[in-house]
Amino acid sequence: MCGAPAQAPELPAYVDVTKETVIYGVVSRDGAPVPAAYVRLLDASGEFTAEVVTSATGDFRFYAASGRWTLSVLHRDGSARKEVDAAGPGLVEALVVLS
Amino acid sequence: MSRADVLVSADWAEENLNTPGVVFVEVDEDTTAYDGGHIPGAVKLDWKTDLQDPVVRDFVNKDQFEKLLSEKGIGNEDTVILYGGNNNWFAAYAYWYFKLFGHDRVKLLDGGRKKWELDGRELSKDTVSRPATAYTAKDQDTSIRAFRDEVIAAIGKKNLIDVRSPDEFVGRLLAPAHLPQEQAQRAGHIPTALNIPWSKAANEDGTFKSDDDLRKLYADAGLDESKDTIAYCRIGERSSHTWFALHELLGYPDVKNYDGSWTEYGSLVGVPVEKDV
Repeated sequence: MCGAPAQAPELPAYVDVTKETVIYGVVSRDGAPVPAAYVRLLDASGEFTAEVVTSATGDFRFYAASGRWTLSVLHRDGSARKEVDAAGPGLVEALVVLS
Repeated sequence: MSRADVLVSADWAEENLNTPGVVFVEVDEDTTAYDGGHIPGAVKLDWKTDLQDPVVRDFVNKDQFEKLLSEKGIGNEDTVILYGGNNNWFAAYAYWYFKLFGHDRVKLLDGGRKKWELDGRELSKDTVSRPATAYTAKDQDTSIRAFRDEVIAAIGKKNLIDVRSPDEFVGRLLAPAHLPQEQAQRAGHIPTALNIPWSKAANEDGTFKSDDDLRKLYADAGLDESKDTIAYCRIGERSSHTWFALHELLGYPDVKNYDGSWTEYGSLVGVPVEKDV
């Protein structure tokens, strides 16, 4: 899957991506997806907004708003941080690599 | 009340998995987490289907609570150790619930499921069944539960603590960002409420901060110790976490959780709302 774009997330049918700002992606390490990683969404001031645990395929998803966000990832095998800029409603992809 | 009376560490939990009279209970928003692996011997509670009435928006009543705990094999003399995902939000909610129905022997596992997983401790997929008990609950202790009229009357008089994220407080988001945002209620917060996000009371691994750090957090944020306090969030689970910090860890005497929280308040006709965006 190296270099291939990640698949768009499977969203519940009632989610309207013309209104929701969906930040989604995959947590990986050495090219392999990492399940059961704790992904935090922090706001522009660094404050906690939400947290999810990655799926068996390493996927995570947040429903945010436009603005600057930071993803902070913890797993027993490593951690990572990544800045995300969401310009407005729609899908915003963020791939996170653990180190 | 001291920290050791209400919290246990992951090390203590691991050493007491088979101690008679100690029952581990996992409480989750996403109950598939339990099915994918739980602390060995732990039983499962679903915060919605087990703890909420299926028709009326309210808790299960005393009879339903007795039936639930009896079926789960939890006795009146058992020490219940609660833990769960979402940094123990729903475990704290269940803790408050157990206290509401008069079960005093209840503690939270510090750090919950998250710390247990980050530590790489054992998770089991075994089916857990415990022999049924004849559990008896007490009438609800409403000294720890706030209702809407009391919350409206508290504006400008008591400490109101909104423990949601800053984006929910100012009205930019209507739910924590792991949930879709289209909701029926208005956005914003109760006037005069302090925004002290629940997360400020926890470390990143989900454990609670020290008593000194917690006391400083609430003092710096403007909590008036001479006044009674009501905590709220969106549905009452994150505010249970803060209620736990204020009432159980710090020992502030009069602290209530408003479980109706923003999903109720933000839907009321004519009540004052502040919105900053």
